[in-house]
Amino acid sequence: MHSPDTRPADAEFVTFQAGGQSFSLDITQVREIRRWTAVTPLPHAPKEVLGVMNLRGSVIPIYDLSARFGLGPTPESPRNVVVVAMIDGQTVGLLVEAVSEILSVARDRIQDTPDIRSETARQSITGVIPVDEGMTRVIDLAAVIQARARQAA
Amino acid sequence: MASMNAIRDSFFEECEELLEALAEGLALMARGAHDAETVNAVFRAVHSVKGGAGAFALEALVAFAHRLETVLDGLRAGRIALTAEVMHVLLRSADHLADQVEAARDGTAVGPEATAGFLSNLDAVLGGPPTPVAEEDPCFGFAALPLDLGLPAEEAPQVYRIRFHPHPALFANGHDPALILAALADLGALEVTLDCSGLPPWPAFDPAASYLSWTLHLTTAEPETVLHEVFEFVEGLCDLEILPEASAPAEEAPEPEPAPAAAPPADPPPKREARPAEEDGAEGRGPKPTLRVDLERVDRLINAVGELIINQAMIEQSISVLSLPADAEVIAHVEDYRLLARDIQEAVMAIRAQPVKPLFQRMSRILREAAEATGKQARLITLGEATEVDKTVIERLADPLTHMIRNAVDHGLEPPDRRAAAGKDPEGTIRLQAAHRSGSVVITLRDDGAGLDRARILARAVAKGLVPAEAELGEAEIDNLLFLPGFSTAEQVSSLSGRGVGLDVVRNAVAALGGRVAIASTPGEGTEFTISLPLTLAVMDGMVISVAGQTMVVPINSVIETIRPGPGDLHRIGTGESLLAMRGRFIPMIDVAAALGFPDRDPGEPPLLLLVETESQSQCALVVDAVQDQRQVVIKGLESNYGAIPGISAATVLGDGQIALILDADALTSTRAARPAAA
Repeated sequence: MHSPDTRPADAEFVTFQAGGQSFSLDITQVREIRRWTAVTPLPHAPKEVLGVMNLRGSVIPIYDLSARFGLGPTPESPRNVVVVAMIDGQTVGLLVEAVSEILSVARDRIQDTPDIRSETARQSITGVIPVDEGMTRVIDLAAVIQARARQAA
Repeated sequence: MASMNAIRDSFFEECEELLEALAEGLALMARGAHDAETVNAVFRAVHSVKGGAGAFALEALVAFAHRLETVLDGLRAGRIALTAEVMHVLLRSADHLADQVEAARDGTAVGPEATAGFLSNLDAVLGGPPTPVAEEDPCFGFAALPLDLGLPAEEAPQVYRIRFHPHPALFANGHDPALILAALADLGALEVTLDCSGLPPWPAFDPAASYLSWTLHLTTAEPETVLHEVFEFVEGLCDLEILPEASAPAEEAPEPEPAPAAAPPADPPPKREARPAEEDGAEGRGPKPTLRVDLERVDRLINAVGELIINQAMIEQSISVLSLPADAEVIAHVEDYRLLARDIQEAVMAIRAQPVKPLFQRMSRILREAAEATGKQARLITLGEATEVDKTVIERLADPLTHMIRNAVDHGLEPPDRRAAAGKDPEGTIRLQAAHRSGSVVITLRDDGAGLDRARILARAVAKGLVPAEAELGEAEIDNLLFLPGFSTAEQVSSLSGRGVGLDVVRNAVAALGGRVAIASTPGEGTEFTISLPLTLAVMDGMVISVAGQTMVVPINSVIETIRPGPGDLHRIGTGESLLAMRGRFIPMIDVAAALGFPDRDPGEPPLLLLVETESQSQCALVVDAVQDQRQVVIKGLESNYGAIPGISAATVLGDGQIALILDADALTSTRAARPAAA
């Protein structure tokens, strides 16, 4: 899609909607976008972990991004998609309401996360990018999925 | 640079094999085999390590190997007698050589004082001060060796006796024995003997027949396969016999005649199909040919086969919903497909399977070190070394087995004087055995020591607060206390086994492989540990069950039987707990749904019970909703993408593409068992 910016692009992000808000993920971390299929729930899992899904023979956990940011569980909808992302050799899926666009922005347009009170948001969002009439929140994928490890430990 | 590293890597790979051959040879010698063949094999192994090390300028290693080689040479020549003491020095020196190789590979250093100690032991055997070492050290002759490292079976030159009798067809096809002989001469020193005794008197001479044969003696470092390659194009066109020869030169030698007289072409008379190819089939001679393959490639194949099995299950499922007549052709085809997939899977798994022998060999070394450190006398008897187990299982067993061997020496065996007083052989025996038993591998480790001191174990467990003081425990239960975390019986912490690791570590390591450890002990006679492991880590036979609306899998080998209890069979005890009455005994029940935090099962539904055995050999019933199926499932790890989940060992993909979790029956029963003890 097109970026409102005409300067040479430095970074590309995939943006999507979750819990009514716009989030984005560095495109280099995104592997593919899949339709939502039923998952197998995991015992003793935090509520944002919906379960595991079969991705061509690999077992990948699916996180509900909206629930992860305290925005309530994502309502079921045929438009829901799973963003399959990879970090440090770990493959995970993020359930979102819809994928919006691919955004090309110059690095200097990414702003640091303003000082906010919500700890979840502060720890899991690396910055914000202004778009059209609003902004999109850049997700720190490692922080999003590490919360589980900390809880389990 | 990269290629140098590759050569270096292959040197260390070779070393591993050489050290293995060394250990094997020494073990044979220790058992009383003094024949030249065995000593030679040991000598060659050390010599080859030295040669390779020389090429990489690993001087300490070369010097040590040289001294060891000198002793072996003396032994070979009969200058040194193989006493028990010498044997001991040899064994320990071989261990040290392995240490040095390992250190060289990892770029670490072995303490020179340790080396010095071993060197002086060797010198003592040699009966004098060090032989003039490096001066005429043959290792200087090894500078060119790296070039040979890629070749299989690097060895000292070997003499081959080759008998070669061309058939007339050989000449008819335009081959020339002279060229073949020249090619052989390129491989090494060749001694040619022509046998023309077959020549008929002139009147009977047929110019198209073949009367000549040759006996050749070739001294070469090339492997036998290279020799066969020379004859590749005349295979079936001649009688050929290639035999490695011990050392003796020719025995039968008719009048030598140099130039090979080539006979003219045409005519195919006598024994053409007498024995064409079978001769050079290289059967029985030497080790079976093997292929060294990157493990990653094998694993890729294994993954693909896993997918194949899942795909097969999917097809089977899609066909079953079509409700075709039972005699439909496609059903027979799918059945064939299932069998084929299973065959392929077994064949592929066999690639990863390796004999436990190298692992067991390492253990005899651990035993020697442990015996030395504790001042006890011990000997290891290994049985079933050829038993094959998945490579990963072997790798991951090394640590637990090491620990158990040390334990057996340190805690199991009594000191020699106490053994003698008890009328036992002062030298303790530890028996390590591997065997296949109904789809699993069983490894037993038995010592002939004093057996477990149950009173002390119980006292220790009570003192550590692991069991309440008033607990009444059976013998098996007491024995199993050893596996509790934080339990250590050694009254004073010895450097050997008192390293803060207990048998709980062993149990966890084995459990991580999907196996279990059991213990049995008889006072005065010894203790036996039994480790049973699945044959492969990738596929298992599972029972597909439903629990709270979820489909799950239980490993079939953990289920003893399934029970549909009648109303009178269940008895409530305490709050919300029930016991199952079966054959006069009461068995605790575990509600799987509740244990996993799933929604409660519908109490109106009649439960189905899976009877499983717990680690302490008692039984326990898992409450589930239904059994759907039994099938082979491909094990998919959860840890790499998610993490460990208590009570779940892994996941699998079912025929409908959905994921099912695999229950860890042991963990379910033991977390349960731990609760009352902790309270």
